[in-house]
Amino acid sequence: MQRFRQDHLDTTENPLAIEVRGITKTYGPATVLDDVSLEIRPGEFMTLLGPSGSGKTTLLNVIAGFVHPDRGRLLIGDEDVTDKPPHRRGIGIVFQSYALFPHMNVAENVAFSLKARRISRAEAGPMVANALSLVKLEGFGERRIDQLSGGQKQRVALARAIVFQPKLILMDEPLSALDKQLREHMQIEIRALHERLGATTIYVTHDQREALTMSNRIAVLNRARIEQLGTPFEIYDTPTSAFVADFIGEAVLAGVSRCDDYSVLLDGRRMMCASKVPIGNDLVLVIRSEKLRLAEAAAENQIPAIVRKRIFQGESHLLFAETANGLTFTVRQPSHVESDGLLPGEGGSANFSLHPAHTVVVRRDPKAEY
Amino acid sequence: MRRGRERSSLASLLLSGLGIAVLIFLVMPIFIVVPMSFSASRFLSFPPTALSPRWYLEFFGSPEWTRAAWVSLQIAFATCLLATPIGVAAAYGIHTSSSRFSRAAYTVLMMPLMVPHIIVAIGIFFIYARIGANNTVVGIILAHTMLAVPFVLITSLSGLQGFDMAQERAAQSLGVNRLEAFLKVTAPQIKGSIIASALFAFVSSLDEVVVSLFLSGGPSSTLPKRMFVALRDEVDPTIAAISSMLIIASLAIGLAAMVGTRKRA
Repeated sequence: MQRFRQDHLDTTENPLAIEVRGITKTYGPATVLDDVSLEIRPGEFMTLLGPSGSGKTTLLNVIAGFVHPDRGRLLIGDEDVTDKPPHRRGIGIVFQSYALFPHMNVAENVAFSLKARRISRAEAGPMVANALSLVKLEGFGERRIDQLSGGQKQRVALARAIVFQPKLILMDEPLSALDKQLREHMQIEIRALHERLGATTIYVTHDQREALTMSNRIAVLNRARIEQLGTPFEIYDTPTSAFVADFIGEAVLAGVSRCDDYSVLLDGRRMMCASKVPIGNDLVLVIRSEKLRLAEAAAENQIPAIVRKRIFQGESHLLFAETANGLTFTVRQPSHVESDGLLPGEGGSANFSLHPAHTVVVRRDPKAEY
Repeated sequence: MRRGRERSSLASLLLSGLGIAVLIFLVMPIFIVVPMSFSASRFLSFPPTALSPRWYLEFFGSPEWTRAAWVSLQIAFATCLLATPIGVAAAYGIHTSSSRFSRAAYTVLMMPLMVPHIIVAIGIFFIYARIGANNTVVGIILAHTMLAVPFVLITSLSGLQGFDMAQERAAQSLGVNRLEAFLKVTAPQIKGSIIASALFAFVSSLDEVVVSLFLSGGPSSTLPKRMFVALRDEVDPTIAAISSMLIIASLAIGLAAMVGTRKRA
């Protein structure tokens, strides 16, 4: 049996690597996971990001052991656990609905895993107290579950999942039921908790901002496959598919034709690209609204346009622009007294520029609707 | 406007009148049978001319009646012990599974409630005749179990409705197997429904007449069967006394079951 430290939930000594090898799962005619492979490093915070129905939750359930894959293997550490039942995998899981046990109080909920491991009451007590203090719920042990707010339930669910010092923690959209402010606060807290515990963490969400905020790496899932795997920076700035470009951030995908390896033709203008343009006749340019700038005279990749609409949104202005040839796109400019005066008004014209590093060209997704 | 209001008040008057009539109709037998049971007369009569507990004493003094009552209680108890786990397990399976088979299983298990009891009784009678199970206590227990399972199934399913199955997965992730997860997490939360369904199973067996009429006889005769026979041969108020006791018992159990289902929060 695993040895427990009595009063400290500190850094997990050996966080585990996870290897998903060619996992396929079908339900009747529907393929939910299509030959998915993914390697997660020890101690990593990996987010599975995707729209509903992309397969992210099924992949999490395969790792948890609740869903048995039709094909493929799953390795945790060096051990093949594909056929191991969930209760012997030793994974801490936070569920979307919290799944707290309403017939037990907070302390009993948190102590459930310790009781299952036949840890004595004397030993379990400090461990429960420590887990509760880690989620800032000291003194809540005797509370009934129905006396807790949503945020507190979320914390109890977290404490329950970490108290037995799992080397792998799974979280299935744990913050989706919280309001925006609390959600953003918990994102930072979970991130800090991960840094403190050091356990490998797999996090499922459909919220791109949450994924960007929390993760070491993000796997973007779409239609049962991983579309792109990378750091938040890579996923955002250099999407490799039209789906990822469209799903993350605020972007317009404009059809372009290839000039050479490092330039494309947009709306009759040559745009320089910092990275190599893919081969194909179905190319689109990713125009992220906040990457556009009011062009200085010598700027590269200029797009002259007329501002059709200008909307003030607090921290920024959103401009709807249109070129002479009818190409439309949006531009987001931070709101500041020093720059607001330079912004064109509705009906005004302006030159916008897109830095070559932000001039990202991908192939159009043949199956997607835009 | 005014006419509309009057009409609606007339309608609501009629509706409450009808409601009260239905209620009276439903409880009338109780108000007739219970006074009859305390009659001092030799025959069933209403209203009784003089009151006496003699028919209750008659019941407890008669070995034939007490034996039948004992048989009925044993059968009801055994039925309850068999039907409750079967029905709860079936409800659990049907609730958790999304397969088409589970819908079919539900229909089959509910069948005894839809098929007239007399048909069920005839069918079982012929099968039992072949295997020599007629007039045996075990035979009646099995038949009653079949009839009780739908009650258990319905009650337990309603208990599971709204129960978040993620709780069981949570329990498993915390280190207990599926059975333990059910016993430690699910069962305590649907306890009320399980107890209620067990009580329903008990009462359904205790009250059952039609199947017992066909399948039981001699020493395996149940109380309702004996009452039926007695009613045909000699009409004396002992039957009213037994009925009164059965009514009280059923009411008590039924109320307990209702409290049990209500408690589920």
